[in-house]
Amino acid sequence: MEPQLGLIEQSFHVRYSDGVREALDELGDSFLITDPSISGHPIVFASSAFLKIFGYSKDQVIGKNGRMFQGPKTNRRSVLEIREAIRQEKAIQISLLNYRKDGTPFWMLFHMCPVFAKEDGRVVHFLGVQVPILRKSGVVRNPSKLCEDGTGFLGCCRREVTSDSVMEVGRGLALDYLLNSDDRELEIDQPCEASELEKRKAATAISNILSVLAHYSASEVTGRLVCGKACCLSGMGLGASINISFGRIKQSFVLTDPHLHDMPIVYASDAFLKLTGYARHEVLGRNCRFLSGLDTVSATQFQIAECIRNERPCTVHILNYRKDKTSFWNFLHISPVRNATGKVAYFVGVQISSSCNSQGKQGLSPAMEHLSVVGAVKVAVRSLSIGASTS
Amino acid sequence: MLTIKKVPTVVSNYQEDGDDNNNAAGIRTEDATQSQARGCARNCLGKCCLPVSKLPLYAFKKNDYPSKNNAVFPSDDGVSPISFLNNLLLAQWEDRMRRGLFRYDVTSCETKVIPGRYGFIAQLNEGRHLKKRPTEFRIDQVLQPFDENKFNFTKVGQEEVLFRFESNDDDKSRFFSSYAVDICSISPSVVAINVSPIEYGHVLLIPRVLDCLPQRIDHESFLLALYFAKEAADPFLRVGYNSLGAFATINHLHFQAYYLSVTFPIEKAPTRRIMARKGLQGADLVVSELLDYPVRGLVFEGGCVLRDLSDAVASSCIYLQQNNVPFNVLIADCGRKIFLLPQCYAEKQALGEVSLEVLETQVNPAVWEISGHMVLKRRKDYDDASEDYAWKLLSEVSLSGVRFESVKACVSEAAGLQVEVDTYNIDQKECIYDSEAPQVASHMQRDCPAIH
Repeated sequence: MEPQLGLIEQSFHVRYSDGVREALDELGDSFLITDPSISGHPIVFASSAFLKIFGYSKDQVIGKNGRMFQGPKTNRRSVLEIREAIRQEKAIQISLLNYRKDGTPFWMLFHMCPVFAKEDGRVVHFLGVQVPILRKSGVVRNPSKLCEDGTGFLGCCRREVTSDSVMEVGRGLALDYLLNSDDRELEIDQPCEASELEKRKAATAISNILSVLAHYSASEVTGRLVCGKACCLSGMGLGASINISFGRIKQSFVLTDPHLHDMPIVYASDAFLKLTGYARHEVLGRNCRFLSGLDTVSATQFQIAECIRNERPCTVHILNYRKDKTSFWNFLHISPVRNATGKVAYFVGVQISSSCNSQGKQGLSPAMEHLSVVGAVKVAVRSLSIGASTS
Repeated sequence: MLTIKKVPTVVSNYQEDGDDNNNAAGIRTEDATQSQARGCARNCLGKCCLPVSKLPLYAFKKNDYPSKNNAVFPSDDGVSPISFLNNLLLAQWEDRMRRGLFRYDVTSCETKVIPGRYGFIAQLNEGRHLKKRPTEFRIDQVLQPFDENKFNFTKVGQEEVLFRFESNDDDKSRFFSSYAVDICSISPSVVAINVSPIEYGHVLLIPRVLDCLPQRIDHESFLLALYFAKEAADPFLRVGYNSLGAFATINHLHFQAYYLSVTFPIEKAPTRRIMARKGLQGADLVVSELLDYPVRGLVFEGGCVLRDLSDAVASSCIYLQQNNVPFNVLIADCGRKIFLLPQCYAEKQALGEVSLEVLETQVNPAVWEISGHMVLKRRKDYDDASEDYAWKLLSEVSLSGVRFESVKACVSEAAGLQVEVDTYNIDQKECIYDSEAPQVASHMQRDCPAIH
């Protein structure tokens, strides 16, 4: 167990600077952080709110796997879904029946998301937030919406049986569980749907936690940046809507971020992956130069670098190499792309391979194809950071 | 006669040439007609140049027959590939950007969603409006005759035209990258750039440019605009129309369109169904009224074929025109939803009834502003922009309740619709996020990784 504990300590220590644990606890949300790179995928951090709700002490939780909070009536299907999300390194939001230390079950909204390292796109941690699902008691069968401000009348769901003590559930909920001594029957077989309010609280919590992690990892001490969202390293992090917008663009293109070290790829279209033969995780987080090879003219690469430096578009023919080492002539166009702030947020690179039909089924010339992708990307990125509260 | 003074927006590089009778190359129009066969050397859209020109042509397939499942529009899974027309438009527009034809790069302008219930969108654009002397605009006549001495779109240079957009009789839509313009058989309809864009992709759709139609709706032209929205198949490309008296700048028939990938406030407003025309297999043509929105307006949806929807709106517009009611039209959701918004702001402005505070921001509430997208000239106005301000401005635009009631009654007659008896049938959307309008991932999720 000793070496394991050492690894667990390191898990946080190498990534985040001192003070991160205190800062996380200050958030007041209930959550766990786990490390998939350590055998058994153990918990490396549990917030105080979490420990309070579940009734455990820190030592009883750190180093264990999250399944310890599941029990006989936890839906197997939901567990499998979570497992699949972990495997695919995707986020998930799902209602789940968990058990406290004293064996009492309760429904909660479980929102999990992967935390990526910016430098290489690997998942370094998983973050799981728990928001207890509360319902009006009594005859109402359907989970109706709660009072949206979260205060005031709230009964205890008949399906929940509480311990004798009154518990505080997370920040902002300010609710007390009511003793329900008359009814000990556990009606927990039916899934409990979370309200919009609860979903929002979960999402907000995730966002806040990620901000703290990002803040504490940006220091010199660790030198590594983590982020759960903006890196879009799995293609999901830029936000669902922009991924949908990008998904409509059928041509080969990538988006690179000039504000990150070595201007890595942060989005790659399916067509790009097909053209180059790489899998998505093999390209995200890398600079495009990996496409160049022995016979690539360095002057061309220099030309590209110059244009990028001057924030100007450029068009080149460059010899590139696929994963299987075969080469192709890449009719490449690069253009700066601005977001709602009006400043350059990304560069888009559009690839047309001369080995495929250039005048395509589309009827647009290759040069026009370049521009249509640039236009579509510009429209999509224009609304990034347009919201008042986005970073 | 009522007039207001405003600085006209420059939509073409050929527009502000001082004396309207001259043109950019300094060739007088009399000489131009003499050299008809060879063009006037300006390569414009007039009868002098078009016959010897070739322009790209997108010829869409007109679909007048109800489809099998009575769906006018293809089912929208939200992830279908970008349509060809859309790609064409984007490519051509970006190309003109590279050529430096726009007065400024609109993507360099800061823009934001104002916090609030509806999320009004504000843009800081200090370069859009010239430091020119304002011109006088007559605002009390929605129908005014075409004046060839004033700027019109035949004077636009062909480099500002992206492509022709017309219907064909074929079984599918076709694209010709270079097609000779045969003005004997058809008056071409064109899509041109707006050199003072409000947003990326801002274009002008000019039906039958050589016919020099004044700015007024007719059935054929409206149908063209609706097909444009439909063929583009992008819920974030919306088409708009301003009548004279509702801040149209140029009295030559044109529609506008541009891209913005957020939901417009007007698309979030709840509605209540008030009129309908029953259709086959439930394809009713439905008119609703906007609720809980500062401007009173009608929303048209449904119909068996696109023409039904188009004609209902067009007939309503024609009624308003003939009764001198200025109005704006927004075609949203790829043509599925059409907002008709009668307004009276200009009249109030001319009569001195608009508050100074609102006037000072110099926002003319045309279709985009009414829909919730506002371009502000001054940094101070942009920084202070609030939902309150937007609401205040737009409230001045709206017809009063009484006037609107009479408009509703006349629209139902003009468009051949039955008023629904059950006016207590409040079909309100419960929450603005439930709106059927194109959804960006809602605000709360924007910062979060995608939910599985």
